[in-house]
Amino acid sequence: MDRSIYARLDDVTLSFGEHVILKNCSLDIVRGAITCIVGLSGAGKSTILRLLDGLIEPSNGHVYVDGHDLCHTPERKLVDLRQKTSLAFQFAALLDSLTIGENVGLPLREHTALPDEKIRHIVDDALESVGLRHIYDSLPSELSGGMLKRAGFARAIVTRPELVLYDEPTTGLDPIVTNLITDTILRLRQKLDGTAVVISHDLHSIFRMADYVAMLFEGAIIAYGPREEIRTSTNPFVQQFLTGSEVGPIPV
Amino acid sequence: MRLLERFGDRTIAFLEYLGGIVSLIGESIRSLVHAQIRFAETFVQSYELGLGSLLIVLLTSLFTGMVISLESAQQAVQFGIGSLVGGAVTYTSVRELGPMLTAVVVAGRVGSAIAAEIGSMVVTEQIDALRSMGLSPVRFLVVPRLLALAIMLPLLTIFADIISIVGGMWIAQAYAHINPATFISSARQAVGFDDVVKGLVKALVFACIIAFVGCYQGLSTRGGAAGVGRATTSAVVISIILIFGTNFIMSYLLFGAH
Repeated sequence: MDRSIYARLDDVTLSFGEHVILKNCSLDIVRGAITCIVGLSGAGKSTILRLLDGLIEPSNGHVYVDGHDLCHTPERKLVDLRQKTSLAFQFAALLDSLTIGENVGLPLREHTALPDEKIRHIVDDALESVGLRHIYDSLPSELSGGMLKRAGFARAIVTRPELVLYDEPTTGLDPIVTNLITDTILRLRQKLDGTAVVISHDLHSIFRMADYVAMLFEGAIIAYGPREEIRTSTNPFVQQFLTGSEVGPIPV
Repeated sequence: MRLLERFGDRTIAFLEYLGGIVSLIGESIRSLVHAQIRFAETFVQSYELGLGSLLIVLLTSLFTGMVISLESAQQAVQFGIGSLVGGAVTYTSVRELGPMLTAVVVAGRVGSAIAAEIGSMVVTEQIDALRSMGLSPVRFLVVPRLLALAIMLPLLTIFADIISIVGGMWIAQAYAHINPATFISSARQAVGFDDVVKGLVKALVFACIIAFVGCYQGLSTRGGAAGVGRATTSAVVISIILIFGTNFIMSYLLFGAH
């Protein structure tokens, strides 16, 4: 695989029973870039993140991350490969019973032999980098939606992964917090010097942070390219999606 | 034809369930063999699952012992064998009702709580988050709960046995004027140390049933809040049926020869 490509979906089909989620879907994730995936609700965007994180296996095709094929890989080997990737969940998915600090530090406690003071220092640094100070001892139930998402980001980056996957980071947030989240993703990409994939419906946010944009429709990528190329695309599907029009090839 | 299809679907679903439970047991044993145990979490779970159930176990066992004593004393006094009431109460409590009632109470209280907690973690993607961080949900969640129940259910059973016998003794004295010394003497003749141990072996097996069924139902939760509700109900129903069935088989195997 080309060194400039960090991850790849190669002719992936995924179905649950009769329900086909992805159909011959191929996508390259460029190393060091932010790739945003857009598409209708329920199109299978989050499924792509789960495939890239090795949480699910495709029915057919291959998923490569940093040159490794995740398909038919034993769970133990996947555990090692997942050290390179990290998934920031839509609703943060922090463990209710742990404090924010314990949540963020969990991967370090479980996978490293670092002393507590060092872990505390790294966790504080991760929280600081997402703009959250002094919440180490708070419980997830005590935080707002935007703060929870950022705490989820802190957990995702605490091990300094090479690929960070963001699942709808701005959904359900007001414009100010949406901007804050977008800034945070851009800042984290700089800090980690890594690759990111973002699922989002927020076009303003997407065109601020994306290097590449891919559009998913009916289980396949129908448009992919640099941000400006997609913005000015004449593809009627892309145009209808970007303008939000009810008239066009996408059935409403 | 439809009947056959339905039978086939049910059979496949049952085999899938069985396969899931066996796989969960296998993974738990692997974690235990490799000593991948979270001791702090196991201690917390022992406290919450075990001590939290103590009062309800004591109350149900006390009343059960009292009612056995009441019924048997009434009959025994009529036939002039009141001195055997202690044996009847102790025999029934230690060999059957102590382990089984404790397990049923814990299945209702703890099995449902385990399924609800893990089920909620599934629908809020916390289990996916664990896997995404390279952490095994079995090592992280199942093993501590299994160990906690395996330690606490036999302990609760010992308390249940004692309080059941004490309650029986009290009623025997108050209702049938049976002397406590006579009651204890009869109890010691009727029940040996091996009976107590066999009762605790039953408790250990019931603990595994409650833990595995509760965890499996939780981990296989689908469909949001309604799914959590279904998982919780199923965990209790399946655990209780398995406890009753296993109790019969174990009674046959452990005590059947006598």
